[in-house]
Amino acid sequence: MKLMWFHLMPYTKLPEDFRERHNSVWVDIDRNLFDPAIAHRLYNEFMDELEYAASAGFDAICVNEHHANGYGLMPSPNLIAAALARRTSDAALCILGNSLALYNPPTRVAEEMAMIDCISGGRLIAGFPVGTPMDTCYAYGQNPSQLRARYHEAHDLIVEAWTRRETFSFNGRFNQLRYVNIWPHPLQKPHPPIWIPGGGSIETWQWCAEMDYVYCYLSYFGYQAGRETMMGFWNEMARLGKDRNPFRAGFLQFVGVAETREEALKLYKEPAEYFYGRCLHVDPRYVNPPGYASEATQRAKIQSQVALASARAQTFAGGTTWDDIINKGYVIIGSPDEVADKLREVARDLNVGHLMLLLQFGNMNRDLALYNTQLFAEKVRPQLRDLFDDAWEDRWWPKPLPRTERAAPRHWPARQAAE
Amino acid sequence: MSGVRERSVIVNGEPCRIWEKGRGDPVFYLAGIAGLPRWTPFLDRLAETRRVVVPSLPGFPGAGGHDRLDGLIDWIAATLDLLEGVGLAGGDLVGASIGGALAAEVAAVSPALIHRLVLIAPFGLYDRQSPPLDLWAQRPGSLPGLLCADPTTFAAFTAPPEDVAPAEWSIVMTRASEAAARLLWPLGDTRLERRLHRIRCDTTILWGGEDKVLSPRYAERFAAGIAGKTRLLLIPGAGHLADLDAPAATAEAVAEALR
Repeated sequence: MKLMWFHLMPYTKLPEDFRERHNSVWVDIDRNLFDPAIAHRLYNEFMDELEYAASAGFDAICVNEHHANGYGLMPSPNLIAAALARRTSDAALCILGNSLALYNPPTRVAEEMAMIDCISGGRLIAGFPVGTPMDTCYAYGQNPSQLRARYHEAHDLIVEAWTRRETFSFNGRFNQLRYVNIWPHPLQKPHPPIWIPGGGSIETWQWCAEMDYVYCYLSYFGYQAGRETMMGFWNEMARLGKDRNPFRAGFLQFVGVAETREEALKLYKEPAEYFYGRCLHVDPRYVNPPGYASEATQRAKIQSQVALASARAQTFAGGTTWDDIINKGYVIIGSPDEVADKLREVARDLNVGHLMLLLQFGNMNRDLALYNTQLFAEKVRPQLRDLFDDAWEDRWWPKPLPRTERAAPRHWPARQAAE
Repeated sequence: MSGVRERSVIVNGEPCRIWEKGRGDPVFYLAGIAGLPRWTPFLDRLAETRRVVVPSLPGFPGAGGHDRLDGLIDWIAATLDLLEGVGLAGGDLVGASIGGALAAEVAAVSPALIHRLVLIAPFGLYDRQSPPLDLWAQRPGSLPGLLCADPTTFAAFTAPPEDVAPAEWSIVMTRASEAAARLLWPLGDTRLERRLHRIRCDTTILWGGEDKVLSPRYAERFAAGIAGKTRLLLIPGAGHLADLDAPAATAEAVAEALR
């Protein structure tokens, strides 16, 4: 199976009384809480963590896109991925992803991802989320009633731009382009693997099946909460006559590993409480604009996890407890063997071949993130890496150039300031 | 709903519900945010002296097809199809809120269609000092008190009818909110200001004195921009949906404007 290291890039200095004194971590988060000097340090530490994960042997490093969000400092994950492309050599670069309806024209996404695929020698995974309401409809002003139609049209345009061998015109409902001819085009042929992070809507599952894309459920509430969604996905695959290849799916899980369970409980309590307390403090005004959820999704009574979290936080003023975090499996915490056993069970139970791990979360500092990453790489990963590989082929993984044909970045020592 | 007749007009291939009551000279009415989930006392009062014709705009209760309308020109064309389909030809048109914005657009692009115009707190303009309320970013349960001076009025207006399952009704009302958002997202500004000078008919502008969605300041901007003769009237105590909050006073003001 694939073990992938995922970063949200949370701002780690939200005040302790954030929930009481502030409306929301998203959309209208208080500008005065942001200190660019802190962000300078955070970006560099976070990229250290991603680069370290790649060097420690994780199969991929993953970044994603959020806007006006205190727990996601990557309005442009492509910028980070481009920097990572130069500083890593083997790990896949998973951008999960670009919210397609936000780019005008959407060929911008086709171009930037093609650049990253070329720079990295074909290591890109292209994630195409619709994007949350907070990101797309509020922070970016997209009309919720048109968002999905724009998303699908942008997808069609991007795939066409990646695969057509001549200049063409695109006369879409929302995009009219006389000349589409992106330059560069991606190294991977016909195009980088496309993965779709989504909620639990049946339409998304059917579309992934039809297009042969990977479906990812990025659960903030662990495997227990994600189980129903993943079961729904596999039932739909069975109904459509698709095989149970676990590499059709991706799943996100928070993990904290230490030498002993006691040690782990001590180390990860604060960053976990920071994430579930402060980072998920989203004003319910922004979770459900009309038209964002299709009528079929409304009929199936599927609610997004942010909507649920926001509603829950309104009901129970304290929000999520430490007890929930560990006992309901929001974060899998324990010794390397305990974590490996639990993740094996999760991967088998949810039938997921791409496990995305959040090993930095909340206000976890770099030292602890590196410790968590190192222990996982050395003591957990070896116990899991062969799972599924004998029985299934991962047809959705990047196909980079052979190592011998890949360019190696050159490095020069910095000149001394005194010169 | 005694005495209300129902039929439909096809717009873009989708049936749109038409309600009609009363006798005499017709008056056409385009409803506000939420459309018309049920007949109202305001319409009953109008129907005492006129034949009231009430077409549902695409996406609002009784009408589909909002998802085909991608931009303002699509909405204007659909509104023209609807109004011409119910026989508005030189008649009197009343529009409230989002219906007011479209009534004003129609009056601007097709002046011959309308004899006299009544706008009840219409959308369409944007005042930086006093931006329209963001109807689609409100805490659960707070909307009724923002749309009406008396929140129970809006709650009763939009409550599920007896013959519709509550879950399905919630989809109908969400669709209406989506249809309004489709035209007005994100700021409620349709750039109507550029076309107000083309409204040449007599126009009465009514505004709820307690409107929390659009400040009564907007009434003066409409009056200043419209080329025809204008009259302004504040309905004291009424909120944004003035015809729901104060049916008698609003109906009286409309009747007076069209006498």
